Amino acid sequence: MSEDPTAGRTPHGVEGPITRRSFLFKLGIGLNAAAAALFAIPVLGFVASALRGKAKQAWIPLARVADFPEGETRLATYRNPFVVPWDGKTADIPCWVRHIRGNKFQVFAINCAHLGCPVRWFKESGLFMCPCHGGVYYEDGQVAAGPPPRGLYEYEYKVKRDELWVRAGRIPTLAQSV
Amino acid sequence: MDLRGIGEWFESRLQLGSLYRTTAGHPIPRNSASWWYVFGSATLVCFVLQIVTGICLALVYVPSADEAWTSLEFLNYQQSLGWFLRAVHFWGSNVMVALMTVHMIQVFLMGAHKYPRELTWVIGCVLFIATIGMAFTGQVMRFDQDAYWGLGIGVAIMARIPIVGTALVDLILAGPIIGAETLSRFFTLHVFVVPGLIIAFVTVHLRLVLKRGINEFPVRGKGVVPEEYDEEYAALIEKEGIPFFPDGVDKDIVFSAAVIVAILFCAAIFGPAGPNGEPDPTLIDTVPRPDFYFLSLFAVLALLPPQIETFVLVYVMPVAILLLFLIPFIAGKGAKHPADRPIAVLGVVLICTTISTLAWLGISSPWSPHMDAWSGEPTPVAYVEERSPLELQGAVLIQARQCRNCHALGGRGGQRGPALDDVATRLTADQLTRQILQGGGNMPAYGKHLSPDETTALVAFLRTMRPIGVPGAR
Ligand code: FES
Repeated sequence: MSEDPTAGRTPHGVEGPITRRSFLFKLGIGLNAAAAALFAIPVLGFVASALRGKAKQAWIPLARVADFPEGETRLATYRNPFVVPWDGKTADIPCWVRHIRGNKFQVFAINCAHLGCPVRWFKESGLFMCPCHGGVYYEDGQVAAGPPPRGLYEYEYKVKRDELWVRAGRIPTLAQSV
Repeated sequence: MDLRGIGEWFESRLQLGSLYRTTAGHPIPRNSASWWYVFGSATLVCFVLQIVTGICLALVYVPSADEAWTSLEFLNYQQSLGWFLRAVHFWGSNVMVALMTVHMIQVFLMGAHKYPRELTWVIGCVLFIATIGMAFTGQVMRFDQDAYWGLGIGVAIMARIPIVGTALVDLILAGPIIGAETLSRFFTLHVFVVPGLIIAFVTVHLRLVLKRGINEFPVRGKGVVPEEYDEEYAALIEKEGIPFFPDGVDKDIVFSAAVIVAILFCAAIFGPAGPNGEPDPTLIDTVPRPDFYFLSLFAVLALLPPQIETFVLVYVMPVAILLLFLIPFIAGKGAKHPADRPIAVLGVVLICTTISTLAWLGISSPWSPHMDAWSGEPTPVAYVEERSPLELQGAVLIQARQCRNCHALGGRGGQRGPALDDVATRLTADQLTRQILQGGGNMPAYGKHLSPDETTALVAFLRTMRPIGVPGAR
């Protein structure tokens, strides 16, 4: 209409709101908008696919119960249940296993509850220490000192036929535990 | 056809003369061709250097979680001159961030963000953030232990954002955990998306410089009055304008050349950065530290009281960044010369000292336990001389129970807790016992991990820790 610069200047000299050219112009805009939407939907879907579907957790066997003497805390590693072939070593995830007694365990994520740095266990003093900002935890995962706003993240675990299983698959954060 | 004829033939088609007059040859105030005004162009030169070295590195680098680290080692040790290009890329990035910061400070101090250059400032802020984004994604490209745990720190911060936190983490990592797709994602950002944005915004930035003119050198006692400024500026250009190229460019090109040579020198002498250990999460004996641009943030995260940390990260920091964008709308007219703006100068000094102090703290990280002090730093000999067997038992426990990881003896060991060299002058035996067993004041309680005998020995030893001639606390 009025914003159409070609209105009223058609070679046919036809005055008025709708000429063949202004119609084609509008049709062109409309078609391009539709094409852009058709294009954008799969592109956005592709990029955001990380948000959808895909189970984030799965039960996996961690190790044999006999590998963890009662009363001790040891490092265990597992292969992340969701991998692609070119993940390399990044899919090898460590965790701390505290065998309390019998079938009672605590399986801690390696990630400090403050900002995710790898905590280290010192059995002599019975403490986990974080190398980043000085977070310290007791053997049961409770905060002993430093900035962590909560205790260590704990995996869900179960003991099945002398094997220790954990539910794993995602990085723990304050928004959601492992 | 003679040479001149050939020249005219091309000129009549390409019309470079008019292009020159509206771009490189645009007039600038004579006093703007100053040594103060060389940082922006030098930043741009660094960016070009980054593009060239980046393209070269991409010829060899493999953006796969499995192979990236190996390909970096290959670049360092096997690819001829690979180490040098990696070094130039690394030092170039450091210098680029540094020059951009200086450019920003200079622009602010000279009042160049005021009318009519508000948008130039805003675009500059976008470029600042994009460049910091390049620095962070670049740190991930150097796919080593620091990169791996740095990503972890990044998402741990993101996850604190209410409601969308988890979704953001998944989006950034391209999945629920750091893995192959994470690296691909950061590669795409570092190599395609952010550089593309930078080129686009630099174009707008430069167009604004051409259209709104370069800031005249500020004069004491003279401020910006938007209604009069355009006319005054036009008059100034009329009276003493010189074409940027070739008359006003001399200092820029001298400085830029010096910057390039300095980068090449640093690269040749200090070499590339890392990669340090392989990005294998099971190697947990690592002390992750960020590159220098993020050291101050790293320090803030250690020093903030835990209760307000999330608030500061999620609300205060974005508001601070927003304020940076809004500066020309808050103070867009009035005095330009730094001597007429004491508060602005004070603000700059304050922010710079805070950030550099924090970065300095970030390097030394006094808040972190020294993980190896207990087994690696011997007890000073003077502290075990003429001690009783019980006290010596205590000295052994100080090492064996990792006390040294947080407490220094003879200046060596962690600085998380107070040094123990003169602890006996501060605490009585009872106070020592209570502190050790119950902890408190940011010290863990050791009650469960010390037998009564061990505690007695420990306290006996600590009671000897005072300078000769100074009595113990009572
Ligand atoms: S990440 Fe452990 S204390 Fe900050």
